[in-house]
Formats: sequence, structure tokens, C-alpha cells
Amino acid sequence: MDVTGLSLTTITLFLPMLGLAILLFMNGETQRENLKWVAFATSLVTFVASVLMWINFDPATADLQMVQRNTWAEVSLGDSVINISYFVGVDGISMLLVLLTTFIMPIAILGSFGSHIFEERGREKLYYIFLMLLEWAMIGVFVVHDLIIFYVFWEVTLVPMYFLIGIWGSEERIYAAVKFFLYTMAGSILMLIAILYVGNTASTFSTYSAGGDLGVIEMVQTYEGAGTYWDAAEPDAEGDNGFLFSSVESFLFLGFLVAFAIKVPIFPFHSWLPDAHVQAPTAGSVILAGVLLKMGTYGIVRFNLNLFPEATVAWAPTIAFLGVVGIIYGAWVSYAQNNVKKLVAYSSVSHLGFVVLGIFALNAQGLQGATLQMVNHGISTGGLFLIVGMLYERWHTKEMADYGGIWKVMPVFGGISLVISLSSMGLPGLNGFIGEFTILLGSLGSDFLGFAFTLFGTLGVILAAVYLLKMFQHVFMGELKKPLKDEDGYKLRWNEIAAYIPILVMIFWMGIQPIVFFNMLDISVDRIAALFVR
Amino acid sequence: MFEPPTIAEFLAQSNLVSTLPGTLLVAWTLLLVLVDLFAGDEREHWTPLMACLGLGLSFVANLFVYAPAAEQQTALYGMFIADAFTGFLNIVILVATLLALLMSWDYLKRAGIHRGEYYILTLLSSAGAMFMVAANDLIVVFVALELLSIPLYILAAFRSIKNDGSEQALKSEESGMKYFILGAFSSAFLVFGAALVYGATGTTNIPQILEVASAVVGAASSATFYLIVGAALLIVGLGFKVAVVPFHMWTPDVYEGAPTPVTALMSVTAKIGGFAALLRVLVTALSALVLADGEAAAWQTTISIIAVLTLVLGNFVAISQRNLKRMLAYSSIAHAGYIMVALAAAGTAGSADSATQGALVYILAYMFTNLGAFAVVMTIERVDGGGGNIDDITGLARSRPLLAMAMTIFMLSLTGIPLTAGFVGKFMVFASAVQAGLVGLAVIGVLTSVVSAFYYMRVVVNMYLRDSSGELAPALETVYVRWAINIALAGTLIFGIFYPLASNLVSMVSIA
Repeated sequence: MDVTGLSLTTITLFLPMLGLAILLFMNGETQRENLKWVAFATSLVTFVASVLMWINFDPATADLQMVQRNTWAEVSLGDSVINISYFVGVDGISMLLVLLTTFIMPIAILGSFGSHIFEERGREKLYYIFLMLLEWAMIGVFVVHDLIIFYVFWEVTLVPMYFLIGIWGSEERIYAAVKFFLYTMAGSILMLIAILYVGNTASTFSTYSAGGDLGVIEMVQTYEGAGTYWDAAEPDAEGDNGFLFSSVESFLFLGFLVAFAIKVPIFPFHSWLPDAHVQAPTAGSVILAGVLLKMGTYGIVRFNLNLFPEATVAWAPTIAFLGVVGIIYGAWVSYAQNNVKKLVAYSSVSHLGFVVLGIFALNAQGLQGATLQMVNHGISTGGLFLIVGMLYERWHTKEMADYGGIWKVMPVFGGISLVISLSSMGLPGLNGFIGEFTILLGSLGSDFLGFAFTLFGTLGVILAAVYLLKMFQHVFMGELKKPLKDEDGYKLRWNEIAAYIPILVMIFWMGIQPIVFFNMLDISVDRIAALFVR
Repeated sequence: MFEPPTIAEFLAQSNLVSTLPGTLLVAWTLLLVLVDLFAGDEREHWTPLMACLGLGLSFVANLFVYAPAAEQQTALYGMFIADAFTGFLNIVILVATLLALLMSWDYLKRAGIHRGEYYILTLLSSAGAMFMVAANDLIVVFVALELLSIPLYILAAFRSIKNDGSEQALKSEESGMKYFILGAFSSAFLVFGAALVYGATGTTNIPQILEVASAVVGAASSATFYLIVGAALLIVGLGFKVAVVPFHMWTPDVYEGAPTPVTALMSVTAKIGGFAALLRVLVTALSALVLADGEAAAWQTTISIIAVLTLVLGNFVAISQRNLKRMLAYSSIAHAGYIMVALAAAGTAGSADSATQGALVYILAYMFTNLGAFAVVMTIERVDGGGGNIDDITGLARSRPLLAMAMTIFMLSLTGIPLTAGFVGKFMVFASAVQAGLVGLAVIGVLTSVVSAFYYMRVVVNMYLRDSSGELAPALETVYVRWAINIALAGTLIFGIFYPLASNLVSMVSIA
């Protein structure tokens, strides 16, 4: 069935495209000053639209809301005709991540105002066009519920990010951009085959029904009329247990997982991340850490868990183990870095290890914590990259040894940085704590993971304090090593202050009143967690 | 005793109307010979214009013949077939020829080889391709293939008509000669294959072969052996034309040496002709070649192996190419591999239609993208043939931003990134492969397309991410080439973004 009315989700999704269209028709030379304002205004309007979505959002139902569904194309495969539909809508998880995307975007744009990269590389118009394209594709990933269209948005995010790193990045940018493109494409392309297989088996590419025929996820979960997934028949002699994907479930699970694991990145698929982060311009890093990595964890929650419950259970300890390895390894390597940006990049590996651990705890607490931690990490690591970017704008170095004593000359900036660092290391009362604590609680109560997972996970919290405090000490404490020639450089610019205020607000709000966000997630997460209660 | 049919009988039986798109083009071309002869000094304007007009006429005829006729009809006593498959590919061929002609004007002027014969030969070759997609008889396949190929042999060597002893002229001559010898060689295989199939079934008519072949295979008669050998030889013969591994050796040299618009043309129309014949022969006639009940057609394994070899070799060798035309030559080999994947999928009973449709959409996407890429390469090439290396496009994004943007989109489309036509083609092909149970083949297909991303992206890296050190060649494109690029770009994006457009166009196609 088609739900064709123009939904708020569609409007939010396509607002960045409107901005892109306006930018396309502007003259990059004569109207250079106006480009950033168009981009900023667009991202702000998109944010307002997503807040409107939040106001309209009913946390009391697990069903998709603000749905729009139009049949897009009919593919005849063999004897069956399979629909591809433009199918958007949000549940609690999608809603939260859409808000994260639209929240990070204006901040990232503000962070690029007046950046030195435009003096060096120019092409400001192209830069903002790519940012708009990226925002469109990222929102798309979080709101579409058709596998093919999902794949389209998923792949499209590659192109603008590739150019952002490649054109406006630092010295090694070409290597980093190509590595990013090839690595993530290699991962996601196998997902295409898995998607085609799923679509061909289920005769639909839609994941939910939205009042029409069953979507794949519902088909999996109510297969053969049995009450729940686990009520279905025991495997017969050939290993066919009556489940939709039966014997190939593990392959399909891995087909999806590799794509997501590279994006997250889960250890050992992380090697593209430090390169991409270090070379990317500030806005690129902020978006990469803030949103792009979350596409991977979102994908795992949305597709791996929902579509392949049996394989998920089978693989949960292994992947949770990789998550824990990521937590420790990321923290360890992060501590060893002398490059500030690399330090923050490896801290992402560590933090996303928590998210993976939470997801594969496979209970409501773990999933809730994981989803919240996605947002927390987006905000605090996004903030950290902004800090690094600001330092780089002024001192033109990323080496920690060159810094020191910044607090003396920039006290307000020092204070802001302290709060963001503390949030990233999970200080109680700030947002990071809520996520990590809930995840650890979830992993402790998990039916699938042992006590050791929680133990080593907790170790990661301590290590986070170690490397972040090291960074803070080296950069902000001690004597000022390199005074700036121009004293004006110590002042915070208005756009920088404007970028930090919302971040600080969110850090405290989510830390003090997390119930607002938990409420949004509750029922959507419970529905997934219910799958794994036997 | 043979009785000649009456005129009325002849017209009814021959159903000439449905052959109109092709025959009209040939007639127009013959007229063009006279125009070129008598137009005097004005010929350099009139001949190209008339040639484009001829394409337009054929296009209109094609719309009239195929739009109302959803059902298939035969013509010339069953030698020709007019169905949705023919109609669709005719359009692709006509658009490809138009784009190639738009590119040619500039190129010929620059190279000082602007002759009317060029246009006449181009149209004849395209007419050959159009007959080939309408062939319903092995003899017509052969005749049409020759009509398609012989003008292309001459066109490949066209640069050498101005015999100035330059490297360009020599390379072009070598290109034409190589293409001719290998082309003649492959035709021999084709004819031998057709003869064996005739020996096994007693007919050269494709639908009749299907009928007799089922009986032959069903009776497990010894003629099955001749049928298998015949099929193999037909695959070899046509494999040369579409340049699949291991019959691809001629491609890089011929593509590099031939004048660029000719390369663009033959990388598309010759492949369309070859694949159309392969599809008709294998999917229609030899789908009966099923050796055990419930299995796929016997040629499926062969085609799958060829597809894998083609994908792997084409993509990996393209990495090491520095010359853009050579790179595109190897990439065109690789793309033939993707179409082979669809062909292999068509061997599974029940998948023939969706696989054929996938192949057609892929061909459409490939036509726009590849011609566009060649047009861009042509504009940056210098007259002496230099300037076509990958280093020569360094910094193109700054000196010619629109050209660089177009090239980027063509490269993304060749890689198969969503929102471009290339993705839609790959999606259809892989979907039909998965549906036909050839998951392994589809996996190899997507993995090699990651490899292809490496060399396509290198072009983008050079254009956008590096800054030019040396001087760029002066802008050579005129309004016609720009139009060619624009049309190709529009096609790439429109068919990429509006996915249903392509799938609706081919939804009527059924040749099984």
C-alpha cells in the first residue's frame, strides 16, 4: 500500500537538496561571501524541520512514523515482480540519529567559516555543495526503509566525503581519500549482493510493511505463522529450520556486517579511519566522527539484528569480543600518539567499541545505551575535532609537543575543551557517562556475553581518562611554548563560540536529563530486544 | 517447381515495413554517397548534416514500427524479427551513432582528414548493427556482422588516408589492419559454428533451431555433439566481436590507434551487435541445449568462465595503463564481462527475460557513459595524438571545471556508484545473476568493480586533487563535442536518478 502524502520526513530529507540547488546557481567568485550563509541557513532550516519531526514524534509506538511510501520501480526477476519503493519514516532510533545529523551539520559549517583551507585551495562553492550532498545522503541512510534505496544513500555518502578529504585535506590527503573510498566501497559492495539475495528471497525490498504487504523484517520475525522467531520449527535433517534465510543466514549476516564494520570501524577494519581523520578538513572530521561512523552502528542495529536474529546470536560473542578489543586497542594506541588529531581519531575506535559491545549485549539496556552513545560520541568527539581544528587554524601544527599552556592565553577555550574532554571520558553528570554506564549495565546483564566483556569494557573507561587527560595536559597546561605573533589570535571568533554553545548545552542536557532521550528510544529498542528473549 | 510469388504475396510475406529503421538508413546512406559526390565545396557541411538527418529519420521510423507493436513480428520470410528487443537496441545504436558523429566533425577537421566517406561508412556500420539486432537467422547474423565490421575496419584506419608518415597515421593503419585480420579470422569461426548448427538441426532459422534442438537433445542423438561444438564456435566468433577474454587481444591496440570517435563508436555499436547476436543465438535458439533435466543450459558454465576471466583481466590490466584510451579499452573489456554475467544468468530456466533486460539496461548505461568518457578524452587530446595520458589531465578541474565534472560523473558511472546509470545497469545485472542462482559470479562481479574503482578514481584524483604543473592543451572542444558530452551526461544522470525509466523501457523485452 502506498502512503503518498508528503511527510515531514521527506521535507527534512530534501531540504539540503534545496540548499544545494541554490548553491549551484550562485556564482562562486562574485557571491563568495554568501555561499557559507546559504549553506548555514539550509542546515539550520533542516535542523528546525527535524525538531518539528521530534515534536510530532509519538514515543508510545514502535511503528514507523511520518511515513511516506511511493512505489518507485518494479523489477521483474524471474517470475516475480519486486517493488522498489521510496519509503521513508522514523522510529525512535532513526529519529535520534536524524536529530544528531541535523545538529552536527550547522556546527560543522560554522566551524569552517573563514578557514585557511579556502585561502589555500579555494573552491568554496564546491565545498558547500559537497556538504549539502553529504547531509542529504546521511539523513537518507537513517530514514529510508527500502534496502535498495538504503544502499543508494549509503554509497552516495562516499563521494562527497572523498572529495572533502581529497581537495581540502592536509598533505597526505590523496592517499587518505583514495584509501577511504576503496576501503569502504570494498566493504559495502558485498552488501549489495546480500541485499539482492534478501530481496529475491523475500520478493520485496521494503523492510517494514507500513500498512501494506509484509516487509522483510516482519517476514523474518513472524515466519511461517509461528508466534515469534524462536517458536519456529527446529532444523530438519538438511539444516533447514523454516526460517526465511535458513542455511545462508550467516553469509547474509556477514555480507551486511562487513559493510557496517568497516564504516564503524570495528577492529581490525579500522585502518582507514586515522588516515581519513587526520587528513580531512575540520568539518570533514567533525561529520565523519559525528555522523558517518554512526551509519555503521545504525546499520547493524537496523539490519543485522532485525533480519538475521539467529546469526546474530551465533556471532554476538565474537563481534562483542572485537568490540572490546577495539575499546582497549583504540585507547592504547590513542595514548601513544603525538599527533593530537590522530589521538582523537583512535579514541573514536575505542568509543565505538563500546557501542558495538552494547549492541551485541542484545538486551534493551545494551541497545539503548549503544544508541545513546552513538549520539554522545557524535557530540563530544565532534567537539574534540572542532577543538583540534581551531588549534590548527592558529598554530598550524598537529603535534602535541608544539603546544602547551594554551589555557593561559585562552582561558575560555580551555574551559570549553575541558568540559568536552571530560564528557568524552565519561564523567558522571555529563553525557558520555550515561551512554557508557548503560552499555556496561547491559553487557553485565546480557544472556550472550560473559562477565569478562564488562570487565575489560570498564577498563576502557579508565584508559579513556588516561589518554584524554594526557592530551589536555600537554596542550593546555604548562608553559606557553609558541606564542602567536598576532595577539588577536587568542580571541575566540564569534562563529567558534556559536559552534560550541549548542555542544555544551547538549553535553549537560543529556548528562542531567537523559530520560528525555531514553523515552524516545524505549519502545523502538524494546521491539528489537524482544527478539532475543527466548 | 518453384513459383515466384505475386507482388501482393511478396509484400505481405516480406513485411518490409518492420525492417524500415534499418533499410531506410541504408537507402539514405546510398543517397548520401550521391550528395557527397555532387555537393561540391558545400559538401563538408551538407554531408554531416544529412548523416544526422538520416539517423533522425531512422529514429522516427523506429518509433513508428516498434511503439505500437508490443508483440513480435517477422519480416522477409522469417529472416528478420521485429520485437521490443530490436526496437530498444535500435534506439541505443542510433543515439550512439549520433554522439559519435557529433564528436567526429571536430576531430576530422583537426586531423585534416575531413572526408564525406567517413560519414557514409559510419552510417553503414550502424545499419549493420541494426540488422544484427534484428537477425532471426544465422545467415543474417553473418551478413549483418560483415556489414557492421567492414566499414569499421576502414574507419579504424581512417587516419592513414592522409599519408604524412606521422606516428598517428601509422598507428591508425596498424589498427585497421589488425582489426581486419582478426575480424576476418573470427568471422570464419562464426560461419563454421553456424554450419555445424545447421548440420545438427537442418535449419539456420533461430526459432526453428530451438524446436529441432529440443528434439535432438531430447532424443540424445549424436547430433547433440555437433550442436555443442557449433555453439562453442559461435561463442568464439562473437566473442571476438564483443572483445571478451580470451578473444580480446586486438582490443587495446585497435582502440588506441583508431581515430578517437571511431574508437568510441566501435566500443559501443560493435559490442551491441555482438551481444544481440549472442543473446539471440544462445538464449533463443540454444536454450534447448539442456543436457540434464532441471539443469541450466549447457553453455552457462562456459559463459560464466569467460565472464570471470574477462572481469578479472579487464579490470586488473586497466590499472597499469597510463594512456586514457588504452585504459578505456581495457575497461570496455571489463564491461563486456558484466554483460556476460547477465548472459550467463539467462542460461537458467525462468531467468532468461530478466537477465536479458538487465543486459539491455547495462548496454544503455554503458553507451552513454563510455561515449561521454571518450568525448572528454578527445577534447584533451592533441592533434599529434599526445595529451591523452593520465598525467595530462592533472588539474583539469581548475582549467576546465565543467569538463572535469562531466568526466567525474562518467567515471563514477563506470564504477557503478548510485545515482548514475552505471549503477542501475550493474544493479539489474547482479540482481538477475542472484536470481538465477549465480551468486558466486555476482560476488566476483562486485569485487572486480572495486578494483575498477581504483583506476577510475585515479582519473578523478588527477583532475581534482592534484594541481597542474605544466601547460594544458588549448581548449579544442567546439559546440558539437560539447553537445555530445552534454547528451551523454544527461543520459547518464537521468537514467541513473530515474531508475524506473530504464526498467520500464525494457519491460516488454522477451526473447526466450
